[in-house]
Amino acid sequence: MLLVQRRKRKVSQSEIIRVEHLKKYFPVEKSFLERVLARTRSFVKAVDDVDFSVNKGEVFTLAGESGCGKSTTGRLIVRLIPPTSGKVYFNHVDITQMSHEEFRICRRKLQIIFQDPYASLNPRMNIGRAVGHPLEIHGIAKDEEERKRVLEILDRVGLTPPDQFINLYPHQLSGGQRQRAAMARSLILEPEFIVADEPVSMIDVSLRTTIIDLMLELRKELELTYLFITHDLAVAKYISDRIAIMYLGKIVEIGEKQEIFSSPIHPYTQALLSSIPVPNPERKRRAVELKGEVPSAINIPSGCRFHTRCPYAEEKCKRAEPELIAVNPNHSVACQIMER
Amino acid sequence: MTEDCKRTKLLTVDGLTVEYWARRGRIRAVEDASFSLEKGETLGLVGESGSGKSTLGLSLIRLVPYPGRIVKGDLLLEGQNILKLKDEKMRDIRGRRISYVFQDPMTSLNPVRKIKTHFIELIQTHEPKISESAALERAKKLFKDVGIQSERINDYPHQLSGGMRQRVMIALALALNPSVVIADEPTTALDVVVQAKILDLLNTLQETYGMALILITHDLSIVLERSDKIIVMYAGRIVEQAKSIDLYANTQHPYSQGLLRSIPNIELADQKLEAIEGSPPDLLKPPTGCRFWPRCSYAMEECRSKEPPLFETGAEHLARCYLYRGEKEK
Repeated sequence: MLLVQRRKRKVSQSEIIRVEHLKKYFPVEKSFLERVLARTRSFVKAVDDVDFSVNKGEVFTLAGESGCGKSTTGRLIVRLIPPTSGKVYFNHVDITQMSHEEFRICRRKLQIIFQDPYASLNPRMNIGRAVGHPLEIHGIAKDEEERKRVLEILDRVGLTPPDQFINLYPHQLSGGQRQRAAMARSLILEPEFIVADEPVSMIDVSLRTTIIDLMLELRKELELTYLFITHDLAVAKYISDRIAIMYLGKIVEIGEKQEIFSSPIHPYTQALLSSIPVPNPERKRRAVELKGEVPSAINIPSGCRFHTRCPYAEEKCKRAEPELIAVNPNHSVACQIMER
Repeated sequence: MTEDCKRTKLLTVDGLTVEYWARRGRIRAVEDASFSLEKGETLGLVGESGSGKSTLGLSLIRLVPYPGRIVKGDLLLEGQNILKLKDEKMRDIRGRRISYVFQDPMTSLNPVRKIKTHFIELIQTHEPKISESAALERAKKLFKDVGIQSERINDYPHQLSGGMRQRVMIALALALNPSVVIADEPTTALDVVVQAKILDLLNTLQETYGMALILITHDLSIVLERSDKIIVMYAGRIVEQAKSIDLYANTQHPYSQGLLRSIPNIELADQKLEAIEGSPPDLLKPPTGCRFWPRCSYAMEECRSKEPPLFETGAEHLARCYLYRGEKEK
């Protein structure tokens, strides 16, 4: 296959994405009068100083509850929104400093798949046009060549026979098929890195596995690297190599999948894991109780941002903000209690 | 079913069929559903979108939206056939004897009314003699039960978080002390930590109030963990019905088996997930014979021509599949 031949490079364990001190603060909209009266502006600190790197060929997962900043991080990495501060390196080049023109080349290599395939496909474009459109925008192929590539990629994501799907409109497809079409559209530019933002959470359970398996197959075949964003830790456990758990804009624990699931250290990770329903009626477990609810990202608690809900919180947690500290080379955690 | 048996059951559904009369044709969203519910029991109703689980839930309180209608069957609540009741009588039953918790609490609460108004309106509609202050007292007590500070009753819905709104919905459902509560995807819009809390809350309230609970969800993990009995629906049909333990340990229907194999379990190391090939049928033109045969790896000649009945494969265990042909038909 064309796509496969073209990319017969050697896969090394080198990093493809590095994120350094990434921050994204969204200003809170105020009325004119409020702005004049209140001198200070307030911000939603969606992503607040995040560092991590993703190695070539791996599936790296950002997990956490809604509002923890995982999707914003994903959008920052593919430069859909500019960061407030911090750097994103793609193949060791800082993409946050690039001009629009320079970034166009990188854009091909950095793609994103969204959660909602109903909203991410234009209802007035048939699948053939939607999938082929990126080729025209980037001036890679058109007409016959475009059609050829579209057919090839549709076949690859399992929309067979492709010459039938090419003429269909999004509303004529099922949810699973639509997500496949969205995947085809991001794959047609032969990307190296794909941010998959909750790609299966709107798809029925029985079809979810097929999409996940397709993603994993394509990773091998096209030498892709994924940043997988999910709130579903059971799915995260199935798909990822490494996982970062986010809480209120910060990574609280990061490590190899096995480490995180077999020996979670951060109280928040423990609570998250214990809340996941286990499909086994004989297993009666009680979740680790967390007090209250996630605080607002406008008024982030002082010190450790989790202390307001943490069952083990002490005085010092209210004062100093914990840093990510390595417990072993494959596992880091930001918690002052584990320092003992 | 004997008369005696009917009397002891809290809720008996017999041969319930619900159709939507759409412009493009008639859709049988639920076909010939029969089951019963005992006092204090938790029944899990699982299926994918379009399986008819919500339609079945709504038909139990006779709220199937237009153009849907219940075309056949009986619905006995403590021996009384509520399908035969006049609309006014039915209104009296809703909330007081059967209540419903909807999936999306934001669209089920009135955004321009304070939370307390919802409670006062609900309580006074059903019990006109109760004064406003007495109704408010009761609402505050309910707030304590569902774990919200009672001052929050003066808030508007948008001032509450998603989890709190769902707690309010549960409190509203419990306000008239019903004997059956139907919760339709009560936690789908919520995060895992909040989800676990809400489900725990439902379980505790069930113990204190002694109501029966019907938990409708697409998430098999939740019902396996939380319910006594499970009904699996596929394309409008009940395909398997069993106690949770039996459904887990001794899964009969190929669809249920497929579902179990396709959900990740975080307690298993190196699990291999398997998908069910194909996708659910279009109910405007359902496949002949068994609804599941186009996706079934065991499909036989017979499955394509004639729909299988429910076979009794064990104690209180029913499966709609010819693999169990030797067993007693239900």
